[in-house]
Amino acid sequence: MKVSSSKSQVSSLRFGVGLIVLLIAVLAIAVFLGSEKLAFLELTDEQSAILFDIRLPRILLGATVGVSLALAGASLQSLLRNPLAEPYLLGVSNGAALGTMLAFIFFAGVDAARPLMAFAGASLATLAVYQMAKSRAGMSVERLILSGVIVTTFLSSILVLLTSLLDAAKLRSFTFWLLGDLSQATKNGFYLTLIVAALGTIVLSSQARALNLMMIGERDAFDFGVEVGRTRLIVFTTAAGLVGVSVAASGSVGYVGLIVPHLVRLAIGSDNRLVIPFSAVAGAIFVVLADTVARVAIAPRELPVGAITALVGAPLFVYLLRR
Amino acid sequence: MLEVQNIAINYGVCAVVADVSFALEARKIIALLGANGAGKTTLLKSLNGALPVSAGEIRLDGNLIENYSRREIARKITVIAQETETKFPVSVAEFVLSGRFAHGAAFGWETENDLRVALDCLERCDLQNYENRRMNRLSGGERQRVVLARALATKAKILLLDEPTANLDLAHQALLFRLIKERCETDAASAIVITHDLNLASEFADEIILLKNGRIEAKGEPRKVLTEENLQKVFDVNVLLDENPISKKSRVTTIY
Repeated sequence: MKVSSSKSQVSSLRFGVGLIVLLIAVLAIAVFLGSEKLAFLELTDEQSAILFDIRLPRILLGATVGVSLALAGASLQSLLRNPLAEPYLLGVSNGAALGTMLAFIFFAGVDAARPLMAFAGASLATLAVYQMAKSRAGMSVERLILSGVIVTTFLSSILVLLTSLLDAAKLRSFTFWLLGDLSQATKNGFYLTLIVAALGTIVLSSQARALNLMMIGERDAFDFGVEVGRTRLIVFTTAAGLVGVSVAASGSVGYVGLIVPHLVRLAIGSDNRLVIPFSAVAGAIFVVLADTVARVAIAPRELPVGAITALVGAPLFVYLLRR
Repeated sequence: MLEVQNIAINYGVCAVVADVSFALEARKIIALLGANGAGKTTLLKSLNGALPVSAGEIRLDGNLIENYSRREIARKITVIAQETETKFPVSVAEFVLSGRFAHGAAFGWETENDLRVALDCLERCDLQNYENRRMNRLSGGERQRVVLARALATKAKILLLDEPTANLDLAHQALLFRLIKERCETDAASAIVITHDLNLASEFADEIILLKNGRIEAKGEPRKVLTEENLQKVFDVNVLLDENPISKKSRVTTIY
């Protein structure tokens, strides 16, 4: 194994370098493409504003949201021993969306209220799904997904009730936002998600070895030295934080947490010490790419990025479920 | 050294284990026998703190078990439980290395030594060249041996085994007991084994505990505990007792 392990280390390293090169390439392409053709060498003031105040914040926000959602998916999957666990499918994103919306209605003037209440909503939804799914016989894949469906639809109905109170002009932008939309990106939104994504990467990487044991079994992890309760609390809280600030900035972009870790595991196996950081990079690539498609596919009109990710993610979900 | 003093374990209002006391000394193997539902697995789970006791106390090397951290316990006590199945493509090497979790840093990578220990344990369990295989592609018996290899890789001095031979063929059953026995003799380790195989218990155990309805019905060396009367009481079967001509230990034959 010495030989094969150093071989696999080399191939992991190669994969990581490849991902970073790909991320840079995708970011560059995203900057160049757009409904407004920019002459990069001689930007007018208006074009400069489009580039620096609209397009760049949007691309960078897409990257940090991708990082956050992929991290949340990868860690929740290992913690819950379920390759189908995903913030959007478990209702965590909807919890965050409801929190954001309540902040929007009751604390419209306070900027900090939206991510904070999104975090609270995500945490409560996580707790609700976990309590519903767990039983004395353990937690089956199906039971967890069904609990997620119930929490998702329940929260959706409250969201619909609340949106019906909005006036028609706001309704369209809210509907887009609910589907996952990066067009409202702001620099501040990007900075906040950047900080949280960086913290999340560090915290979850520190739990990667414990998550490797959790992935095998909760009882096994306990017997072999993992403080199961503490690990669960750290991972749930971090995932809720990542999802909360992402949703507050860009709505519920679905399936990122499902697709990205799955592809990463296909490439390099299931060791979380690799899966977690590589999913972070791959998540950024995936969302920036999906949002570029959303921006240019029917230009000058735009699609919500969540529609693109779901278009890819839903078939993959079916494949994983039937496997 | 594991000392159990008058422990009781309740599920809700239902008492599953009551008034159980015994001591596990270095180099000893205790076989825990009893009918289905007698409380064997529940008792075993409490011994590494996985289930809280509602009365009595468990001492590990003289100190109460609840005063140890999970990592400290995992370095001293290891478990072979009924197998678990993972949906993720975990390799045999990764699985066995998880037995080294309590030794290194809680994050970071395994050391060269961890790797050496893991490979050595795989080889002892007749699993050389299995390290890159996927756990979910193995047969039940192969998986069971990987579970044994992971337990051995912890280097813990106390082994708790819950029906470790359930999926194993005859040769590997004997291999498992030889490995446990060897670990007990050379490393001053000790083991508690739940089994339904009375003859394996008779051959390998230094002491047998017969459990009935959560209480100890009989306890002592195999020859004294394995009596027609005790087995009739605990398992509700008639048996023929004689002596294994090779090992000179008690041999149990069920009369159907």
